Amino acid sequence: MSTRPTPRVRLPATAKAGEMIEIKSLISHEMESGQRRDAQGANIPRKIIKGFRATFNGKEVFRADWHPAISANPYQSFFVKATESGEFEFTWSDDDGSNYVAKNKITVA
Amino acid sequence: MDTLTREPTRRFALAAGALAFAAAAIAPRLAFAKPSDVEAEFAKLLGGKKPSDGRIKLDLPAIAENGLVVPLGVDIDSPMTDADHVKAVHVFADGNPQPGVVSFYFTPQCGKAAASTRIRLAQTQNIVALVEMSNGSFFTASQEVKVTIGGCGG
Repeated sequence: MSTRPTPRVRLPATAKAGEMIEIKSLISHEMESGQRRDAQGANIPRKIIKGFRATFNGKEVFRADWHPAISANPYQSFFVKATESGEFEFTWSDDDGSNYVAKNKITVA
Repeated sequence: MDTLTREPTRRFALAAGALAFAAAAIAPRLAFAKPSDVEAEFAKLLGGKKPSDGRIKLDLPAIAENGLVVPLGVDIDSPMTDADHVKAVHVFADGNPQPGVVSFYFTPQCGKAAASTRIRLAQTQNIVALVEMSNGSFFTASQEVKVTIGGCGG
């Protein structure tokens, strides 16, 4: 149908301790709502990314449950307080069971 | 004088007929959520508690030209400490095929209880948010979004 979803995440590479950083993420995905019908009138089955999770050094910092009302190529932004250097891991969970993962390092001075 | 008064009536009748036809064509295909569905979802989350107004700011356009992509932002006033923080925000739409839109789960590490995404709205409707605080209290806010082109069906 389409190519494998590509996640894109934007966050600063460095931050000061205690600084509030904004993380913006985008992933290419059709987010088929299950409400549409094809030319023959048959229901197009639902296939969306139903969950987004962000962890920092293995600990969950933010999570979102997405319903079919989330637009195609879902965007998600949120904030994290920078406390120490480490690695963020972002996971998108698809209806079909696959997970799309992106990792970003941050250096806190 | 007589023809002048009759003219708008005939035009109105035609327009009304066309509208009824359009409504009949759409109605069997889509079943929309009702405000009562959102209340049912609220009741599940609240477990008998009463939500208060305020503390949450919804960032939504008053008029959305394209219902397929409507920016949604939430910003909750909270110190975000271990003892006092926002646990979750649940967003519902009362005129979409399904009431659920999105749930955000925050941790004290977030520092700020704010998040944004983009949503689909099938028609002009109310967006309702329910905030769950770490101490078990709830807050709610709602906003109407007028949708010019619905983001549903195809």
